[in-house]
Amino acid sequence: MLQFLARRFGQAVAILLGVTVITFALSFLMPADPVRMIAGRSATPETVESIRRELGLDQPLPAQYLRYVSRLLQGDFGRSYMQKTEVSTLILSRLPATLLLLAGAIFFELLIGMPAGIFAATRRGRASDNWIMAISFAGVSMPQFVIGLLLLYLFAYMIPIFPLGGYGSLMHLVLPALTLGISGGGWYSRMMRSAMIDVLRKDYIRTARAKGMREQRVILVHGLRNAILPIIAMVGLDIGIFMAGAVVVESVYGWPGIGQLAWQAIQVVDIPIIMGVTLVAAIGIVTGNLLADLVMPFLDPRLQLE
Amino acid sequence: MAEAGKAARAETVLTVEDLTVGFVTETGAVRAVESIGFSIDQGKTLGLVGESGCGKSVTAMAVMRLLQMPPAFVASGRILFDGQDLLTLPEHRMRSIRGNRIGMIFQEPMTSLNPCFTVGFQIGEVLRIHRGMNRSEARDRAVELMEGVGIGAAESRVDQYPHQLSGGLRQRVLIAIALACQPRLLIADEPTTALDVTVQAQILNLLARLQEQLDMSVLLITHDLGVVAETCDHVAVMYAGRVVESAPVAELFSRPAHPYTCGLMSAIPQLGRRSEYLPTIPGVVPSLENRSVHQCCFAGRCLQSQMICFKQFPPLKKERNNHDLACWNPCES
Ligand SMILES: Nc1ncnc2c1ncn2[C@@H]1O[C@H](COP(=O)(O)OP(=O)(O)OP(=O)(O)O)[C@@H](O)[C@H]1O
Ligand SMILES: [Mg+2]
Repeated sequence: MLQFLARRFGQAVAILLGVTVITFALSFLMPADPVRMIAGRSATPETVESIRRELGLDQPLPAQYLRYVSRLLQGDFGRSYMQKTEVSTLILSRLPATLLLLAGAIFFELLIGMPAGIFAATRRGRASDNWIMAISFAGVSMPQFVIGLLLLYLFAYMIPIFPLGGYGSLMHLVLPALTLGISGGGWYSRMMRSAMIDVLRKDYIRTARAKGMREQRVILVHGLRNAILPIIAMVGLDIGIFMAGAVVVESVYGWPGIGQLAWQAIQVVDIPIIMGVTLVAAIGIVTGNLLADLVMPFLDPRLQLE
Repeated sequence: MAEAGKAARAETVLTVEDLTVGFVTETGAVRAVESIGFSIDQGKTLGLVGESGCGKSVTAMAVMRLLQMPPAFVASGRILFDGQDLLTLPEHRMRSIRGNRIGMIFQEPMTSLNPCFTVGFQIGEVLRIHRGMNRSEARDRAVELMEGVGIGAAESRVDQYPHQLSGGLRQRVLIAIALACQPRLLIADEPTTALDVTVQAQILNLLARLQEQLDMSVLLITHDLGVVAETCDHVAVMYAGRVVESAPVAELFSRPAHPYTCGLMSAIPQLGRRSEYLPTIPGVVPSLENRSVHQCCFAGRCLQSQMICFKQFPPLKKERNNHDLACWNPCES
């Protein structure tokens, strides 16, 4: 078990190193020259050169890369070209908002997806199953900005329960989290349904029924305990995907998260921020997976003794 | 099996009458079990034998009312358990019988336990449902039950998960689950088929011992005529969804009358020696769609079939010695 975790941790580190190579390369593939963007059109060649030197962009590539990684290890993600601030400061200031949105989104995804999936699985092939699957397909396929605007229109404008946007209270969180919850909940309900259908066919479910327990208990205790395993793995992945920032939702609701930061940075080719956000997203994905690996043995006893 | 003692307390625990069970499939309704009947007295064992697909498990699941309906349906019949027709009981009453007064063990010990719960939890669950025990009472009783079914070091095994136990031990756990509430009737659907030969014998001995202890009736479903000879009091031979012959075990083995039964027996090398599966009789069981009611279903494979066998259906009739037979031209013995 410890060995397994150590191996997964090693893999995670290797993946992150790979990502640093990519983010590093990214900075050279950008069409715009960052130095010129900082210096402005009218700068003299001398100014341009001094800025280039100041940024360390005149050194050979491997040296630049090593410098980049060693700085990363010290928590130095570089300085934003445009905002003249440490990237790490920018990201850290956005992180709480993103994590809050992440938690809210996963809460709604599970709140919507799990009951819908379980219910559909028990009504397999009947009208209610078909309806649930059609609705969750709609949830999955509808663009997030459509869901977002729709919710805003309905619950902030028509019936003004929630604020129109912004950040600060739980009320602000509901609509953006619900938007993500609706589109993600569609995935979860489909996954939950197929996992549950699979499990309900198992011999141990027949044993459970032969004990004379209520069907609810059969499904919610014996079925769910097994069917939840793939869902947990999916939540692990989701954490990472959200870390990249829910760009669309954050801009619809003016949510000051990492996605918004990235979006603004992309528009002005603020490469250090883009690199930093990419790396944070990668860290998020890797951490999410590690978390799932860590939690899984507690839920699936078969993994414990290996 | 003293005849006198038998007569003195011949209380019937289970009577199945005219039971017909079918399935709705894409191509229409098919009948897996057709108008079968049998009964089991208290403390006795009825063996239900027949080739794969003849409807043994469907019968067992119908008695427990565990068939998914739809696609399954019961077209006719009564299942009298202690005089009560199980088919007309409301579901909550049926639940209080399942696992409590009727226990069931299945063919697949490896997959019949939930991998995510300890065996102690899974045994204790029955007691919590039917006996209202709390968790710790149920766990303590589970340890006793595990000792009762011959699981050594029960105190430490009770907190283990199924994957940590061998197939034989898992089947013992399943027996402990089925017998936790000391049922009147145990339905054992091929309880040893998936196990090693040596383990098979142990499990059968265990079942016989527990049956004696609890004065329990057993419906034993099996492929294995050797097992039947050793453990059963009465045998019903099924073919293509019907009971074709039924008799007390000694009577059946000394005077088998249906050519199907004879075929099964002649192919056992030595009586009492266990073979893994029923010996093969040339030909196959007709599929569910191709079962006629205008001829004997076995006629096509039968060595002694005559014209009448292809023209008229043979009804199950009482012969001497409590021997029932559905055949136009029985074999001599
Ligand atoms: N859910 C179902 N839908 C359609 N047909 C079914 C269903 N369940 C069972 N059957 C059919 O009913 C027939 C009897 O099946 P059953 O499982 O009772 O056989 P069996 O005698 O127990 O065989 P085995 O020895 O292989 O366990 C088979 O032909 C099977 O295909
Ligand atoms: Mg079977």
